[in-house]
Amino acid sequence: MRAKQMLATMSHEIRSPLSGVVSMAEILATTKLDREQRQLLGVMISSGDLVLQLINDILDLSKVIGDVLRIRQILTNLISNAIKFTHEGKVGVKLYVVPEPPFAKEGSQNGSAGSTANQSTTNVPKEETCTSTSQTSSDQRGFHGKKHEDSCQDRSQSERGTPVTNGTIDVTEEQAELPETTVWIRCDVYDTGIGIPENALPTLFKKYMQVSADHARKYGGTGLGLAICKQLVELMGGRLTVSSQVHCGSTFTFILPYKVSLSCDHSDDDLSDMDDHGATDDDATAGFFQFQPRTLGSLFSSNGSSRTQNLLAHNIGYVNSHKINGFSENCYSFPMSNGQTKEMDLVEDACSVAEALEISPEPESSFSHSPDHDNESAICRDEHHHNVVNAENRVSTRDVSSCSETSREVDVKVKITEPQLAAERQERSDSGFQSTLNSSREASNSISKPKILLVEDNKINVMVTRSMMKQLGHTIDVVNNGVEAVRAIQYHSYDLVLMDVCMPVMDGLQTTRLIRSFEETGNWDEAAKAGIEKPSPSSDSLQPDCTPPKRIPIIAMTANALSESADECSANGMDSFISKPVTFQKLKECLEQYLP
Amino acid sequence: MEVGQMQRRLVDYTKSLFMEGFLDAQFLQLQQLQDESNPDFVVEVVSLFFDDSEKLLNDLTMALDQPSVDFKKVDAHVHQLKGSSSSIGAQRVKNACIAFRSFCEEQNIDATLRCLQQVKQEYYLVKNKLETMLRLEQQIVAAGGSIPMIELGF
Repeated sequence: MRAKQMLATMSHEIRSPLSGVVSMAEILATTKLDREQRQLLGVMISSGDLVLQLINDILDLSKVIGDVLRIRQILTNLISNAIKFTHEGKVGVKLYVVPEPPFAKEGSQNGSAGSTANQSTTNVPKEETCTSTSQTSSDQRGFHGKKHEDSCQDRSQSERGTPVTNGTIDVTEEQAELPETTVWIRCDVYDTGIGIPENALPTLFKKYMQVSADHARKYGGTGLGLAICKQLVELMGGRLTVSSQVHCGSTFTFILPYKVSLSCDHSDDDLSDMDDHGATDDDATAGFFQFQPRTLGSLFSSNGSSRTQNLLAHNIGYVNSHKINGFSENCYSFPMSNGQTKEMDLVEDACSVAEALEISPEPESSFSHSPDHDNESAICRDEHHHNVVNAENRVSTRDVSSCSETSREVDVKVKITEPQLAAERQERSDSGFQSTLNSSREASNSISKPKILLVEDNKINVMVTRSMMKQLGHTIDVVNNGVEAVRAIQYHSYDLVLMDVCMPVMDGLQTTRLIRSFEETGNWDEAAKAGIEKPSPSSDSLQPDCTPPKRIPIIAMTANALSESADECSANGMDSFISKPVTFQKLKECLEQYLP
Repeated sequence: MEVGQMQRRLVDYTKSLFMEGFLDAQFLQLQQLQDESNPDFVVEVVSLFFDDSEKLLNDLTMALDQPSVDFKKVDAHVHQLKGSSSSIGAQRVKNACIAFRSFCEEQNIDATLRCLQQVKQEYYLVKNKLETMLRLEQQIVAAGGSIPMIELGF
């Protein structure tokens, strides 16, 4: 196992800089080059691609060994390639639904299509489409993609043959429906290539074996393709076999079990919960894309009442993760069970996705969003008023973070509207913002516009935060470090301070301490000790009068949201924190809580 | 190419950036900040990010090139870069910075040099992607179309 581990690590280490070379070369290709340069670059790119392919093969192989969960990712990645090859006429694919083969219980494989005697089969649910840049009607059938990824590997066997003219996909299906059932799908991938001699068949699926010693030299390849296919198929509970005739062609056959249930809830399908990218409606000319949160469940089909239930479940899931950032004022210790930055940032990602989703005003989607939205906000409000238990947060955080391993897996559903609808949406969102503005304006009418100070050194953060505050109806003063912040407070009265924690010259923690010291003592002695001049007793500065200075709410803006940091913020006198990156929603809630 | 086609291309392209992890949801925040009163917000922020980052990367290269490396300084630069990439949703750059910082803490010269390479790589990639995307948007607007709004929903 150590060798495999080393192989995987090595491949990974090699792959990163190598993909750097290839990516940079590709970018270079888009710049202005003369003919010679372009040629040289072309060679660079193709060589790089080849090596990358090789490394990927090796990496896949070591991944496959023992890691069933990765399979879905690999399969998904190979779909469009495989479909492309069918279209190019390199292989033909046939799909059958077959009765449960004997080997499923025990014994040897028998994969013939036949009667449905004791076996129940179900129609492929229409939702199982996978994305394809050139979608034809035959591609619309569900799990074609899954079959094709294996044929993608197979193709290297058949590449050199005659083009297969009818590279279309036939499906024969028998109908009989039962509540939950296992369907056995058989797929034949055939070509009219060079064929495989009988003596090569026994070792065909072994790693690194090719038909002859000089096969690689003549045809390329690594001898890994079939080994990978076989392992994939077997890990999925199926079998892969071959039949071939020299000079005529080969047919690779595999048979796989596929669980289907009538309720359209695919969360327990082991084969089918891939990303559903394609348009499921024929009339979807505007392109409907689905980014799915893989963790929180399954595909959202365009039909089905089960969807509402799914929505609820997912809303709750999101609300949980949403709580963490949105209700930071209640949770000072960030609910991570371990202190690893990586995981925490993944959660932040997930949370920020969750919040981004939260932000959207009523969408024009065909889903019945309103009831769920209300439900969700009801949950939000409830949670807001209770002290959220850390453990509870931890659990939900973990669910989100453990599953959303990569950015790819944290998905967001996206829909495009036509321009005229866009205007409508803008109007609606404006009205949404308008009500926010009204409420905050109402609140501040009696006091006049609240003065807000932003203490932040990063120019981009300033720009983004300022713009968000503008959308919330506030203008802000900006300073770039703690010393300037103290000065500003010496001369002006502020209703709220947003304080970046890490800054040059003087950080947010020390600054807050100094401000609090002023509020407690009524003087700026501490600040003077730190080197900040006391305000001159002129008409410009706030005159210390008999009433103690009002305590200003100070909100930390921290990139480091671990519990120690939150505790530190609170220990230094801060009232709450917002974790970066700052989002509109976080700011909105903060203002609602801390502005009078 | 007619406007509808361009719009579709833009949407596909933008989608792919999210799928491949170049951008995360924070970028959507930026897009939401763009409106009639602020019509070029995204371009402005992104341009600022490019300028800022390039300066930081130069500073980093110089700092790591010193005979005796000041890791505090290096960390400060990476912290800045992490902050800005996080604010605009440049996810892969941000992640590369996170790894970078942990090696700074360890004061590991070799690892930090590798990290710098990684960060640069991710930066140039996302820069290229964003520029392409913004160019597509410009083309659509120039042709009289409007940028298709991307909505979020379940």
